Amino acid sequence: MAYLTDRKRAEGLGSAKEGTHHHWAMQVSSVGLLLLVPLFVFTFGPMLGQPHAEVVAYFARPFPAVVAGLTLAVGFMHFKNGVQVLIEDYVHGVARKGLIVAMICLSYAAAATGLFAIARIAL
Amino acid sequence: MADVNRGNRPLSPHLTIYKPQLTSVTSIFTRITGNALIVAALLTVWWFLAAATSAEYFAVVDGLVTSVLGDIVMTLSLWALWYHALAGLRHLYWDNTGRGLEVDFAEKLGLAVIGGSLVLTILTLLVI
Repeated sequence: MAYLTDRKRAEGLGSAKEGTHHHWAMQVSSVGLLLLVPLFVFTFGPMLGQPHAEVVAYFARPFPAVVAGLTLAVGFMHFKNGVQVLIEDYVHGVARKGLIVAMICLSYAAAATGLFAIARIAL
Repeated sequence: MADVNRGNRPLSPHLTIYKPQLTSVTSIFTRITGNALIVAALLTVWWFLAAATSAEYFAVVDGLVTSVLGDIVMTLSLWALWYHALAGLRHLYWDNTGRGLEVDFAEKLGLAVIGGSLVLTILTLLVI
């Protein structure tokens, strides 16, 4: 380290130039969720605890199925970006990168599983 | 520059001794509720997957989600969802207008987020 110049030490530690897009993605998904969440709560909520046949018949209809699919897809992408900021604030070093990668994988896996399940019910 | 104090500087904000305020508490709860919603989100995905699989599997997962513990988790998550939505709305207002950041008004917004989330939660529970 002693042989490095000050400039060399500082290089690469600046902004990654992606913060603006991250903020924009959060804003767009949050506006989307402001519309989707009430629709999802009042379509998904009443189905909790209902018989299997009724649940399958309900989510075979276009509106509940599309609302549920969109809410899960947009919701998990919003979570992916949000949890990244949480991790960046409290976790450091290699664990930070590892956790962010793990949460990105979890977000896509959960969104894909949810969309698969809804598609299978609806089709 | 030689006599500049480089070691013993005051740190700010020093969270462990910083007095909690409505603005800071509503802010940290935005983060807590948003991230805690992963539990309900994964339960919801599991519920859909079970519904797509078979009636027997659905009965197991639906029974779990609507059990006493499941009800507690889902009700707390419902409040977290409304709280996070209202707090997010407050952020959209702040970030896109640059207004509403005066302390007394920001505190009023904080109270509105807390009160609004409780009202919406109770209304939702009554409707569903």
